[in-house]
Amino acid sequence: MSDQGQQHYVDDRPYDDSERLQHQIAEALENDAPGWILVWRRFRKHRVALVSGIFLLLCYLLLPFVGFIAPYSANERDAEHLYAPPQGISFFHEGQFIGPHVYPTTAKPDLENFRWHYQIHHDRPLKLEFFCPGSEHRFLGLIKTDKHLFCAPAEATVFLFGSDRLGRDVFSRILYGAQLSLTVGLIGIGISFVLGILFGSLAGYLGGKTDWVIQRVIEIIRSLPELPLWLALSAAIPAHWGPVAVFFIISIILGILDWPGLARAIRGKFLSLREEPYVQAAEMMGASRSRVIRKHMLPNFSSHLIASAMLSIPGMILGETALSFLGLGLRAPAVSWGVMLNDAQNLAAIEIYPWTAIPMLPIILVVLAFNFLGDGFRDALDPYSH
Amino acid sequence: MEILRFAFFRLLSMLATLLLVSALIFFIINLPPGDYLSNQIAELRATGQAAGVANAEFLRQEYSLDKSLPHQYLVWMGLLPGSHGFSGILQGDFGWSFEFDQPVADVVGQAMWMTILVNLVALLFVYIVALPLGVLAAAKSRTWVDYSTSLVGYLGLATPNFLLALILFYYGHRLFDLPIGGLMAPEFEGEPMSFAKLKSVLLHLIIPTFVIGTAGAAAMMQRLRANMLDELHKPYVTTAEAKGLPARARLIKYPLRVALNPFVADIGNLIPSLVSGSVLVSVVLGLQTIGPALLAALKSQDQFLAGFVLLFVAALTLLGTVISDVLLMLLDPRIRYGARAGTNRS
Repeated sequence: MSDQGQQHYVDDRPYDDSERLQHQIAEALENDAPGWILVWRRFRKHRVALVSGIFLLLCYLLLPFVGFIAPYSANERDAEHLYAPPQGISFFHEGQFIGPHVYPTTAKPDLENFRWHYQIHHDRPLKLEFFCPGSEHRFLGLIKTDKHLFCAPAEATVFLFGSDRLGRDVFSRILYGAQLSLTVGLIGIGISFVLGILFGSLAGYLGGKTDWVIQRVIEIIRSLPELPLWLALSAAIPAHWGPVAVFFIISIILGILDWPGLARAIRGKFLSLREEPYVQAAEMMGASRSRVIRKHMLPNFSSHLIASAMLSIPGMILGETALSFLGLGLRAPAVSWGVMLNDAQNLAAIEIYPWTAIPMLPIILVVLAFNFLGDGFRDALDPYSH
Repeated sequence: MEILRFAFFRLLSMLATLLLVSALIFFIINLPPGDYLSNQIAELRATGQAAGVANAEFLRQEYSLDKSLPHQYLVWMGLLPGSHGFSGILQGDFGWSFEFDQPVADVVGQAMWMTILVNLVALLFVYIVALPLGVLAAAKSRTWVDYSTSLVGYLGLATPNFLLALILFYYGHRLFDLPIGGLMAPEFEGEPMSFAKLKSVLLHLIIPTFVIGTAGAAAMMQRLRANMLDELHKPYVTTAEAKGLPARARLIKYPLRVALNPFVADIGNLIPSLVSGSVLVSVVLGLQTIGPALLAALKSQDQFLAGFVLLFVAALTLLGTVISDVLLMLLDPRIRYGARAGTNRS
């Protein structure tokens, strides 16, 4: 251990710290990016949440094109094929590629067990048709057309997920059902938002007696079990109302019982934010009250609101399903996932015709996706989470 | 002493709440136009049965259904005397179920106890499942234990209760020979309680408990895991580790006790959702709780039955909340002193 041989490495290039500086600038740029970019960067790291978000986006984007994608219309009945099992689309016939095709089936009644047996004619492959005329629908809800993405060849059927009690295509009905089942939560959350923000900010802003009254109301509504109240409220819908009216009323009912949680969160945020130094600073600098609320307080809890909204949408989707399942929600000509599951209500259906319960898969997927998305969002929005 | 006073005031406020709730319920039930009897009268008139009309008219008067709504409410609650000695809920007369043509008390009598039983068992299930799994998931966070429990938890949250019920019923029967439908084997209906009957009830309870409890257990588990993780990252745990405290004690002795607090406080949220779930599941599985009675009553506007069931369900949840508040106060001294000092804790 002698100092003799110790030599310092000296670089003979002139000192240049542009690299370090560049790094610093990049870092500063990184941190000075607008808030939503920071959020997006954190959100991107949540792989599951990202995938869920893309999945949901696709689902909602597909809604206007449902009539085009579905091979059948929602209430089209095929009396020859009741309770037909799911059919696959094959590409190879006897080892040879002949393009997408299906095999025709014929139903034979089984009079002993009172069910249908389906015989598949494997010798007669029939090619699927594409961009073919079928039942009329409105493309994008505007243009009347009868073109479908694909339809069954003339002498066969294409029941991807089987057919139900009345010979309606489960796959097409799931697509049509998505239109109602996916939007009921959005409308519900909209109503819940308006009520929640109104009462929450009233309570947080005015304080005193108003606050006390709103708090008690919130407590009462939160302490009651939701489902019986939903049932009671939807039992009040007159039976002669059309599907659209029922749909809106149901989403209003779902929203009415959901706002208290939101209102409480908003009130809490209001109270705690009012004490924050930056709010006080803004007030001292003479900002008007409405400016303080709009520019300083609202941006701070709007992110929180979005996350909590995403987490309460699944509850509404499940709520609609439960109500329709019990026969107190959406009714027959309307198609929603809950209405479809109404058919799968008994054990016999689950045992003999398990495909009538397929609508539960999209429900589970969508609810899971909303949960993951909400979780990911909440984490990404919280600047202190890392 | 302080606890007793707290419990007493909490009960008082619960009764006040319940009174408000009863008005709310009465209002909701009377939202749909018409009522059971006027529907019936119209139907009888249409078919020309005069005797039935007279009978229904008599019932209408008997239960003051021909009076104004506020009057009806007061009669229903028992604050005003009814026409012919109908005394109202506060005096123990729950009214007449037009749908079943029996006094409400007879319709829901046994079902009330069964409802309480089902919900209690489900509550127990939630705690028994959520406590160990939540702690385990936190202790082994970011391992396969954690991931698989949270996957099961998420699935439990996302699957509609009623479908889970049907599917479990089917497989429970096929694989484990669990009984299907009802809360007890038919031969025990109306029998006095015996060991065999108890066994039958317990066997029948397995699947409903599982179905009703899963969602609650999943939510509770996630919350416990999050709380535990928060605690486990605190410096005192590191200190304990540095000092060589065994892993088990390091987990259970301090962090768990802190993390348990919200566990108890959450009963207030848990009970309403359990009761909701039990109503739905009872309808699907044909359990003899008040769920099916409620659905039937709501569909046919049988107002006394529906009103009583809703009120009962509300009372059950409110009582559960009161019990959880009192428990929480017993468990956590900080809440007692915190309340007195008036400090604002979140």
